Amino acid sequence: MEKSAVFHNKLLPYLLLIPQLIITFVFFYWPASQAVWQSFLREDAFGLNTEFVGLENYQTLLAQPEYYKAIVTTAVFSTLVALASLSIALLFATQADKELKAAPVFKTMMMWPYAVAPAIAGVLWIFMFHPSLGTLARPLRVLGFDWNPMLNGHHALTLVVMAAVWKQIAYNFLFFLAGLQAIPKSVLEAAAIDGAKPLRRFWTVTFPLLSPTLFFLLVVNVVYVFFDTFGIIDAVTGGGPAGATTTMVYKVFADGRLGGDLGGSAAQSVILMVIVIALTAIQFRYVERKVQY
Amino acid sequence: MTVRTTAFHAVLGLAASAIVACATPAQAVTEIQWWHAMTGGNNDIVNKLAADFNASQSDYKVVPTFKGSYPDTMNAGIAAFRAGTAPHILQVFEVGTATMMSATGAIKPVYQLMKDAGEPFDPKAYLPAITGYYSTAKGDMLSFPFNSSSMVMWINLDALKKANIAEIPKTWPQVFEDAKKLKAAGYTTCGFSNAWATWAHIEQFSAWHNVPIGTKANGLDGFDTVLKFNSPLHIKHLQNLIDLQKDKTYDYSGRANASESRFGSGECPIFLTSSGYYATAKGTAKFAFTSAPMPYYPDVAGAPQNSIIGGASLWVMGGKKPEEYKGVAKFFAFLSDTDRQAKLHQESGYLPITKAAYEKTKASGFYEKNPTLETPLKELTNKEPTENSRGLRFGNMVQMRDIWAEELEAALAGQKSAKDALDSAVARGNAMLRTFEKTVK
Repeated sequence: MEKSAVFHNKLLPYLLLIPQLIITFVFFYWPASQAVWQSFLREDAFGLNTEFVGLENYQTLLAQPEYYKAIVTTAVFSTLVALASLSIALLFATQADKELKAAPVFKTMMMWPYAVAPAIAGVLWIFMFHPSLGTLARPLRVLGFDWNPMLNGHHALTLVVMAAVWKQIAYNFLFFLAGLQAIPKSVLEAAAIDGAKPLRRFWTVTFPLLSPTLFFLLVVNVVYVFFDTFGIIDAVTGGGPAGATTTMVYKVFADGRLGGDLGGSAAQSVILMVIVIALTAIQFRYVERKVQY
Repeated sequence: MTVRTTAFHAVLGLAASAIVACATPAQAVTEIQWWHAMTGGNNDIVNKLAADFNASQSDYKVVPTFKGSYPDTMNAGIAAFRAGTAPHILQVFEVGTATMMSATGAIKPVYQLMKDAGEPFDPKAYLPAITGYYSTAKGDMLSFPFNSSSMVMWINLDALKKANIAEIPKTWPQVFEDAKKLKAAGYTTCGFSNAWATWAHIEQFSAWHNVPIGTKANGLDGFDTVLKFNSPLHIKHLQNLIDLQKDKTYDYSGRANASESRFGSGECPIFLTSSGYYATAKGTAKFAFTSAPMPYYPDVAGAPQNSIIGGASLWVMGGKKPEEYKGVAKFFAFLSDTDRQAKLHQESGYLPITKAAYEKTKASGFYEKNPTLETPLKELTNKEPTENSRGLRFGNMVQMRDIWAEELEAALAGQKSAKDALDSAVARGNAMLRTFEKTVK
């Protein structure tokens, strides 16, 4: 706390804050409060009949075994996607950070998947892994592996995890690479002179210095798997087979948009919102302590 | 007067006449918005119908707009209604019927529209197997059938020859036997399959065997309907599929029709899907093929009954001006014209909606050359519809189909028994029906 600006005019700080507050209110608090209000209502799709039902939507929801299944699927899916996309991106970034001739080409190519829309990414993966059309699924089947994401839930989940990871690696790669380039070379050289081997240098010097980036990416990736992977799931599996790839956000969509159950869907959104807020809070409270800025 | 002011006046005059030129047709022509979900060749048909109608008269202008998939289009229409900007005509797929008809005030029933507009309209001129799906229990037509199809069994004739099968199978046991032969003859990954899993094995299957999907005439007579498709017959059929799935004599192909290409590519020689698949099959299949009626179990009394339709109908949205409704009514009368219906049917493969158009096509000898196009009509008119085969109307049907499909998938993957899966599909479906009943009360 070296610098502290003092406002002598009591009104000015509020005036300066107003634009930001308005944006936050209009785009975040107002829709969120609408979702909370909607979750207490029972309404038909057209909005012709609206009835206040209190907590009934939540009671119905929590009595559905499918909802708990979606929570478990979400936990498995998000852990797999976040872990895989972070570790693969970190590996790629450390490799791209070396003095290579083709490094600029490699870096550019790595960014491309990020520019692909989720639904398109999904379609690309369908083309590769559709049981009867897929260019990669056919060799699998010829080899005697009964690849069938249409019926086998594990195969379907693997497929959406691969697509979601592939899509997110580019983003993580970009931040890891920037983080790596910000690490002073002198620190690494000093460690090398002290006799530390590359792997040891990575874990004792590079990795701790990357922790702010890692922490940021962890938060972003959790939000990504909870919300942004929806397009991929919709395009690749439509939540099936037998609900094996129905994550919480996909269920919000399925119940609200396909089922016209706005109240139940809103109740799920509220629960999802609470979970993500809690996760982010936990990350800031406990993980951030271990981060070295 | 200087040159400058003259020029200024000239510009003003031009601007004024331009405004007048723009304003005149807008006042004379009433625009009718038509939101639809037709892609590819069907999109061209929609645009051509609108252009022909616009050319045929000068008072109304139908403006078709593509809004995405069926669920997308329906949701766009609902959202637009909530925002007060609904189109005049909204194309809604058959499973959205209950949602639309329950929205009193949001829609204008077609029979009412025609009466108000004073357009000649005889409900008896339409094929009951088609309009029944979109009418009240009393027979009042609520929405205007546009593209209708039914489910048929597509047969790869070359494959049958290769497997030494002399006759096209008629019953399910024959299909199972033939699929085993086809598998032995080299079709190792798929003896037979189908698109639209629940439409095939629950909805059409029930109607074709004259057993109820739900009480109250499959929901046509009231929203207090209860699902019934966990009968011994349904369980037996699903059990057969489970057994055959194990070695891919039957191979599941998903909930919608993305896997229809398994027939066209020659992978699945027997494939149940919509009769609307005709145009695509014609374009992609490099072998001789035909369509046949859906198979049935010969030990079920009265089977086969009649099939039910799929496809979409045109709903008229509420709260519009009378002169706009007049235009919509004129457009529907235009669509019902016998020659136009016959031509539409022969070009697109959609079913004709009027009896006259069917008779005309029949008389022209068209079906002798194109027998595949008559199969769905023969199925639909096979017998006088019963309360199990008139159609179905369940609230939340869009999502309900997904839930039924989830259970079928669980059973076919070996996670559940046939009975458990169907019991669970019925129980979960009933819970949704009760929620729907409460929202429309």
